[in-house]
Amino acid sequence: MTRYLLKRLGGAVLVLLVLSVVIYGLFYLAPGDPARLACGERCSTQQVAQVREQLGLGDPVYTQYAHFLRGIVAGRDYSTGTALLHCDAPCLGFSYQTDQQVTSLILDRLPATLSLALGAMVIWLVIGVGTGLLSALRRGGITERALTVLTLAGTGTPVFILGLLLLMLVCAYLQWLPFPTYVPFTDDPEQWAWNMLLPWLTLGLFESAKYARLTRSSTLETLAEDHIRTFRAYGVGERAVVGRHALRGAVPPVIALSALDFGSVMGGAVLTESLFNIPGIGKSLIDGVREIDLPVVVGVVLVTGTAVVVANVVADLLYAAADRRVALL
Amino acid sequence: MTTLPDLPASGAKAGAAVAVPAASDARQAWRRLRGRRSAVVAAGVLGLLVVLALAAPLLAAVEGQDANTYHDALVDSARGGVPIGSFGGVSGDHWLGVEPGTGRDLFVRLLYGARVSLLVAAGATVVQVLIGVAVGLASGLGNRLLDAVLSRFTDVMIALPMLVLAIALTAVVPNDFPRPLLLILVIGLLDWGGTSRIVRAQTLTLKQLDFVAAARLAGSGRWRVARRELLPSLAAPVITYAAILLPMNMVLEASLSFLGVGVKPPTPSWGQMLSSAQTWFRADPMYVLLPAGLLFVTVLAFTVLGDAVRAALDPREAGRLRVGRRRTSRTPAAADPSKDISS
Repeated sequence: MTRYLLKRLGGAVLVLLVLSVVIYGLFYLAPGDPARLACGERCSTQQVAQVREQLGLGDPVYTQYAHFLRGIVAGRDYSTGTALLHCDAPCLGFSYQTDQQVTSLILDRLPATLSLALGAMVIWLVIGVGTGLLSALRRGGITERALTVLTLAGTGTPVFILGLLLLMLVCAYLQWLPFPTYVPFTDDPEQWAWNMLLPWLTLGLFESAKYARLTRSSTLETLAEDHIRTFRAYGVGERAVVGRHALRGAVPPVIALSALDFGSVMGGAVLTESLFNIPGIGKSLIDGVREIDLPVVVGVVLVTGTAVVVANVVADLLYAAADRRVALL
Repeated sequence: MTTLPDLPASGAKAGAAVAVPAASDARQAWRRLRGRRSAVVAAGVLGLLVVLALAAPLLAAVEGQDANTYHDALVDSARGGVPIGSFGGVSGDHWLGVEPGTGRDLFVRLLYGARVSLLVAAGATVVQVLIGVAVGLASGLGNRLLDAVLSRFTDVMIALPMLVLAIALTAVVPNDFPRPLLLILVIGLLDWGGTSRIVRAQTLTLKQLDFVAAARLAGSGRWRVARRELLPSLAAPVITYAAILLPMNMVLEASLSFLGVGVKPPTPSWGQMLSSAQTWFRADPMYVLLPAGLLFVTVLAFTVLGDAVRAALDPREAGRLRVGRRRTSRTPAAADPSKDISS
C-alpha cells in the first residue's frame, strides 16, 4: 500500500515536472519582451532594463527555470533595487498586470471555483446516477429508450451550449431568475445559492450524461454476476438485491470518476466560469491569456495540473476503498 | 465542463477486443454498418454538411451575399443593433437572417463556420492518428527501454489537462500564425495518447501471432512486418478510435473559439458565434439557436456514427452472426489467426 502510494506520487511529480518544463519553455519562447510586459506600456527603456534585472530575465533559461522551481519549493526574493520583495513558499511569481502574487491571486479565486464544483457534483451524483440506475432497472421499456437517447444527446453537447440554452429558457423566456452574478458565500449565502443555481445546473447536467452511462453499465454488469443470481435463487427480494447488492458494484466507479471530475473542475471549469462570469480559477486563466499575463497563465496551468494529478491518485485510492476486491499493488 | 468523456478507457477496451479483419470481415463490417438505420441517417446528415461546407462559396453566390459585408440598414440601431424583422431578420436576401450588431449574413457565416469546424476536427484527428500510430507501433515493436520511455511519455501526455494547456498554448503563439492550423496542431500534438495506447496494446498482441511470425521467418524485416502485416490489422481499432476522436475535436475547437482563443474574427466559426451570442440571447434568440443547433446536430451525428462504426467492427458482433460456423470450427486459434485473438 505504502509502496503503491509512493510509486503513484512519484509518477504524479514526474507529470508535474514535465508540465512545468513545457509550460515554462513556452513562456520563455513566447513572442514579446517579458520585461516590457511586466513593466507596462509607459516604461522607459531604462525602467525596462531595471525590471529585466529584477526578474532575472537576463539569465539563461535553465537558471530562470531553476529559480522558478526553487520559488515553488522554498519561496523567493526579488530585489527592487532599494528593498527586497519576498514571495512566500509556493511562489509562482507576480502578475504582470496587478503586481499581485500569483499564488494569492489563485487562492482568491478558489472559493468561487469550489462553490461551482461542489454544487455541480451534487447534481451529477443525484441526476446522473439516478438516471443511470433507472435506465438499468427498467430495461427494455420506453423509459430506457428515452433515457438512452437523452444521455447520448447529452454526451456530445458542449457545456456552453447547454448553459446558453438554460440562460435563454430561465432568464430570458420564463424570466424566473435574473442573469446570474457571482455573490461570495460569505457575503450572502442565500444570494450565493440563487446565483450559482444556473451554473450548477449547467455543469451538473453536462456531467450527468457520463455518470448515467457509467452507472447503467456497471449496474447491469453487477446484476449479471453469479452472486446476484444466487441471491435471487435464495429468494432475496428484488429491492434488497438491487439496493444492497447491485449498488455495491455500481458505486465504486462512480466515486472514482467523481474524484477525477472534481479535480478537473477545481483546476478550472474554464467554459462554465467564462459563460457565467464566475471569478474562478478557470476565468483567471482566460483573463491571463487575454492580457498576456504570462506568470498567471503558467501558475494556473501548474495548479490545474496538480489538481488533476492529485485527483487521479485519490480516485484510485477511493476505488480500492470502495471495492474491496481491488488490491493495490 | 473542461473534461471530455473518459473515452480512452472505453476505447481501449473496444480496441483491445477488435480482431484482425480479413477482407471478408471488412465487407461484413460494412454490411453491418449499412444495416443500422441510425448510422445511415447520421452519415447522411454529415454528408450533407460536408457538401454544404464545400459548396459554401457557391451557395453564397446563389444567395448573393458574402461573409463579411456589414448591413447597417438591417439592424435596429435604436435597439442596440437587433436585426429588423422576425426570426433574426430572415428575408429573401438573407435566408437565415443577419448577425445582430453588424448585419452580416448568417447563412454564409454559418456555412463558412462549418468549414472551419470540419477542417479542424478532421485535421486534428489525422495528426492524432499519425502520431498515435507511430508512437504506439514503435513502443510495441521496439526494445524494452524504448517501450518504457514511450509508454511513460504517453502516460504523461494523457495526464495533462488538455483544454487548459491548449488555451495556454494559444497565448504564446504569434497572432499572424494561421489559427485553424494552430488549432489542428495544438489538439493533434497534445491529445494522441489514447491512440498510441491502443496501437501499442494491439501491436503487442498481434506480434505474438503466427502470421506475423511467418512473415518474420520468411525474411521480412521489422519495418516491412510493421507496414505489411501489422498496419492493416490495426486499421479496425484505429478507425474505431478516430471516430470517437472526431466529435471530441470538434467540440474542442468550438470551445476554444468560444473562449476567444480559437479562430480569430473575421473568420467565422460556430464557437465564436456562440461566444458573441452571449450578449444577444435575450434580444435575438435565433443567433444562439442556429450555431448551437448546427454544432449539436453535427456532434451528435458524429457520435452516433462513431458508435455504429465501433459496433460494426466489433468481432463480438461478428460472432453473433456466425455462431453456427464458429461452433463447428473449435480448432485451436492458431489454425485461423484472423479470428479471436483475445483468447
